[in-house]
Amino acid sequence: MTSHDGQAASIIFDRVGKSFAKPGGGTVSAISDVSLTVEAGTITGIIGRSGAGKSTLLRMVNGLERPTSGKVLVGDQDVGAAQGVKLRTIRRDVGMIFQHFNLLSSRTVSENIALPLEIAGMAASDIKARVADLVERVGLSAQADRYPSELSGGQKQRVGIARALATEPKILLSDEATSALDPETTQTVLSLLKDINRELGLTILLITHEMAVVRDIASHVAVIEGGNIVEAGTTYDVFTAPQHPTTRSFLSGVTGVTLPAFIKDKITQQRPETGGEEVIRVTFAGKHATDPMLALLTRDLGIEVNILAGAVEEIGTRPFGNLLVSLDAQRGKEARAYLERHGLLTEVLGYVG
Amino acid sequence: MSANLINLLIQATGQTLYMVAISTFLGTLFGLPLGVFLAISQRGELLSAPWVNKVLGLVVNATRSVPFIILVVAIIPFTRAIAGTSIGTTAAIVPLTIAAVPFIARLVENAIREVDGGLIEAARAMGATPFQIIRKVLIPEALPAITLGLTLAVVSLIGYSAMVGAVGGEGLGDLGIRYGYQRFMPDVMAVVVVILIVLVQLVQSIGEWIATRVDKRAPKGRGQ
Repeated sequence: MTSHDGQAASIIFDRVGKSFAKPGGGTVSAISDVSLTVEAGTITGIIGRSGAGKSTLLRMVNGLERPTSGKVLVGDQDVGAAQGVKLRTIRRDVGMIFQHFNLLSSRTVSENIALPLEIAGMAASDIKARVADLVERVGLSAQADRYPSELSGGQKQRVGIARALATEPKILLSDEATSALDPETTQTVLSLLKDINRELGLTILLITHEMAVVRDIASHVAVIEGGNIVEAGTTYDVFTAPQHPTTRSFLSGVTGVTLPAFIKDKITQQRPETGGEEVIRVTFAGKHATDPMLALLTRDLGIEVNILAGAVEEIGTRPFGNLLVSLDAQRGKEARAYLERHGLLTEVLGYVG
Repeated sequence: MSANLINLLIQATGQTLYMVAISTFLGTLFGLPLGVFLAISQRGELLSAPWVNKVLGLVVNATRSVPFIILVVAIIPFTRAIAGTSIGTTAAIVPLTIAAVPFIARLVENAIREVDGGLIEAARAMGATPFQIIRKVLIPEALPAITLGLTLAVVSLIGYSAMVGAVGGEGLGDLGIRYGYQRFMPDVMAVVVVILIVLVQLVQSIGEWIATRVDKRAPKGRGQ
């Protein structure tokens, strides 16, 4: 990968919009005014619910969808404006893997991987050597002459990955590549993608509806909702200080920190006049992630803290903790001010009487 | 049954096989590309051309709605122009082919339309041209269904070939009518029917065997 340049932007969405004609007149907007820069060599995740427009956005990178406004640049090429040979040349520089693998049932593993090379017009003898390398790289040497129907889901996605890498692309697009796989297989596929990113310097743009996928491999993340990017940044920043409600709701599913049922059932948004407990989410990030902040709170202010749920995780190599605690409702404000002064993030979830 | 009759039966079987083989070959030669085009020229498909698609579809439907015996007689001038004569086994190949082309085209169209759209998308993402998609994705992936469709077409053509006696096409059907029916020889009729049954069984079995061989998908396992 000589063309790889760690600084250059790999994909630029510049005020991109996409609307479809509605049957019976009018238009539906799928994407509106999206600007996003994907740096070369990064793994960037676009997360959103189904119908949020993430799939449309991804497909603009290889011209399977064309923007109705704005520009999508890959390297220095305007994909939306490219036609014919020019578009096909760009496409050979952009590999793609799919949720349902999209392997040809009539071809063996090797023959499936050879397909993009045949399409690019490579000589049969060169194809053979290249395919053997790729089969080896994804660990399917023993299955090289099997048909897709004889493979497991994880093996099929490995074939998909090998096929996408065949033409030595600079960018790999992943369309919910692990959504049809079980958790264990998902991990092996994700670590393969991570290896590829590291060893080949490949830029990976993936879409998913699972925050866990983003946490496990993405260095950058963009959250899409209703055709707009509502939040974007490094995965660590977005995880530790989510700004948008959609981001928070995705995160609550992945951080493994949710209120126990017995609290959830009686929590209210109204602060009791006297007594009661305030339930707070405390997020530890950066250098405070490992400090014993709750013990300090009790020592300095004499406020006792009751831990309801919590976890400390790593994003990349940086620790990040998430605790749900309850404390005296009448002193909640004071406690939160103390914690925020020490660089922690707090969020009031409600009160219990 | 006399040696003469046995000879006639052998000859008629040969004529039927000849007519069916040539019209299947020509029908596939024209019907396959037509079927592929019908499938991919629909609105929003690979070579979207809704108007051309609609017109071709009408022509195909029109040809298919004419009863075969009427088609045979109606196109006699055309048959004469193509084959040089309007009577005989070779001339009969013309109406048989005309009937086979739209039939095979529709069967191929259905087979192609069953191919998962995801595969077309994957091929487009690889930078494939429409022709490469047809040759490397659509036809190979639809091959099991196309094989079964062609089997059905051959069986139908065996049936149609029995009617070309009307223009002196000869063959098994003609023999059955002329000897079995008009000359009151029920044993000839019985033998003709038996030969036709055996032919159809043979074609069906061979077709299914080939379709299974080319089908690499997982067995459906329905009803197990």
